[in-house]
Amino acid sequence: MENGFSSPRNNDTFPAGLRVLVVDDDPTWLKILEKMLKKCSYEVTTCGLARDALSLLRERKDGYDIVISDVNMPDMDGFKLLEHVGLEMDLPVIMMSVDGETSRVMKGVQHGACDYLLKPIRMKELRNIWQHVFRKKIHEIRDMESHESIDAVQMMRNGTDHSDDVQFLSMEDLTSVKKRKDIENKHDDKDFSDTSSTKKARVVWSVDLHQKFVKAVNQIGFDKVGPKKILDLMNVPWLTRENVASHLQKYRLYLSRLQKEKENDLKSSFVAMKHNDPKDPQGSFGLQNLMNTHQNDVVNGGYKFSVNNVLVQNVDPTNHESESIVSEPTTEPKRASASRLPDPLKTKNSQMVFNHSFAPLESEVNLTAFGSTIPTNYSWSEVPDIQFKQEHKPLIQPENGFSKLPVLDPPPHIHVDQLQSIPSISSKPTTIERGITGPIKSKPQNIEYGSNQVNCVSSTVSTIDSFQIRPDMANHQPLEPIYTNSSSMKTQIFNLSCLTDLESTQRTQTLGNGSPYVSFDDELPVLFQNDCYGMNLGLHNVEFSEYNAAGLINEVPSHLCDSLRIGYEYPCDPTEYSVIDQGLFIHSMT
Amino acid sequence: MEKNQLHRQIAVMRQSLFDQGYLDEQFVQLEELQDDANPNFVEEVATLYYRDSSRLIHNIEQALEKSPLDFHKLDSYMHQLKGSSSSIGAKKVKAECTQFREYCRTANGEGCMRTFQQLKKEYAALKRKIEAYFQMVRQAGPTETACSRK
Repeated sequence: MENGFSSPRNNDTFPAGLRVLVVDDDPTWLKILEKMLKKCSYEVTTCGLARDALSLLRERKDGYDIVISDVNMPDMDGFKLLEHVGLEMDLPVIMMSVDGETSRVMKGVQHGACDYLLKPIRMKELRNIWQHVFRKKIHEIRDMESHESIDAVQMMRNGTDHSDDVQFLSMEDLTSVKKRKDIENKHDDKDFSDTSSTKKARVVWSVDLHQKFVKAVNQIGFDKVGPKKILDLMNVPWLTRENVASHLQKYRLYLSRLQKEKENDLKSSFVAMKHNDPKDPQGSFGLQNLMNTHQNDVVNGGYKFSVNNVLVQNVDPTNHESESIVSEPTTEPKRASASRLPDPLKTKNSQMVFNHSFAPLESEVNLTAFGSTIPTNYSWSEVPDIQFKQEHKPLIQPENGFSKLPVLDPPPHIHVDQLQSIPSISSKPTTIERGITGPIKSKPQNIEYGSNQVNCVSSTVSTIDSFQIRPDMANHQPLEPIYTNSSSMKTQIFNLSCLTDLESTQRTQTLGNGSPYVSFDDELPVLFQNDCYGMNLGLHNVEFSEYNAAGLINEVPSHLCDSLRIGYEYPCDPTEYSVIDQGLFIHSMT
Repeated sequence: MEKNQLHRQIAVMRQSLFDQGYLDEQFVQLEELQDDANPNFVEEVATLYYRDSSRLIHNIEQALEKSPLDFHKLDSYMHQLKGSSSSIGAKKVKAECTQFREYCRTANGEGCMRTFQQLKKEYAALKRKIEAYFQMVRQAGPTETACSRK
């Protein structure tokens, strides 16, 4: 399996091949650092000017894993470079200087430096820098699940590269972790290795442009800011809404990075709970991979959660098709998942999210973002096309179940019944839900929504059934011959392997490809929830049409998943509500 | 026998550079980086340092001639020189850099001048010594460099 760090290298050799860009105006240090890094088996690129470094980074967006930069450079302040790198490429940056002054170190950290090395730099310090790359990727996974996932969602909508990067990175992490931990890698890497994708041209955010952007954000107010508004305020003719939305994501990431650490506690607790699940061997398996990656850092419980849910739900539809056998396996995993999670927490979270979402739903931003999703779809659409078509049917089934819920038709499967019962219960979703287990998770949200606007949900659900969900499902089917829970597991693994393969070609490409796959499992539940949201909002019609147009449902669901996860976690962090709101928006919109 | 003597001489000379405070552990770091791919790595680095730092020193010299001294600029230059000097472990030069920057902070032009003269002296002394050392190492031949380590 290939490692994302450098295409030709094997994952097992990580961190060998880590691609390091060293920027220092001092040629002597440049030479020494190059030698040291090479001795660490890293791939080194040296650069004497910050400007050159920036253009190198812009030319090869995915050409480097980490940047080491001197603080004092004649052509550009190292802090400035740091800021650019943080905003534009989102790479970990290590600052270095002879100056150990606290204020300067602090400044570096404040600007987002992941480390601050004092010259003379020793090789043992450099040998360890891979940890920053690794940590960052883990954080990105977590972020996706948490509020930052919203960003990812937006990005997805926008169809910008960055979204791809984020997802991709997360996938890479997973894969790398897997390998490192020798988790079963038996799934073949090669299946998707040949995928190729094209990257969209990026907008270079110059300092001026960025300042305009920041000005606009400040003018609007960070809580209310949306790409469209910013775009209008910036008044830059060639800039697109997608560009702005993407940059906004990065900007949020950039800001949130500074206060990330606070969030960990709650998340960690979530994670722990999930880890404990003894019940789902299969489902947990796929999850475990994710878990493993996260273990180092506290991962978002929400993320894992969503994964579990997703898997279960996915399984259900497939099971339906298979009919008799299906019902039992699916229910079990679901229950397990439900039992793991504290239902009240979930329900609360979902509710919280909902409330937040309602307020912002009206904003225009979401709609626009939707349109943007289409481009991203194209990139990865190449790979999975065939599979999608095949699997349309299974996807539909889950949808039907959902639609039935509001309609109250007699459900053929047990799952359906549960769901139906839920809506009636809506007033007290928590207790019932617990009994219901995994599938219910999505439901509780629905129920709550339903209570708000039952009618809307029913209508929307029907519409939803017809379109996007199927593609996602389709992917699942080809991957998983068996419809049981285990199958879902396989799909996840599969996705991971795919990602690894893809990584070899290009991160971006792989990202695109990987994201859809990954999302698949997650997507189904998410979609449902999203749909429900949309229904509640009354926006569903518009969104749906857009989805159809895109034809790439996969991405959308992933977004949704992310957002859902985020929602769970968010209740914990009151500070980030604003972000959540937006994420909710997205959900509702989708 | 001759070779052995040369080795011993090299070792003594090298040790004196440390004992007299011209060099610090960074120099050992450089020696450890030397390998078959870069058999003359230490010397290359030192040469690079002297080539680059002479430019810096020239800049500082010019800046010190300006009538109202631009301490900010001087400090910035000296920061560069200090960073550069740290690369080969030029301990004494580095110490002078630190002193110089201290005077910049207190806007002590007199101190800056004095320190700079001292700095140049140390800078030149190290250059002399280290060049002699490298010359001897070269005489001893490529395999001898390994012996001279540590």
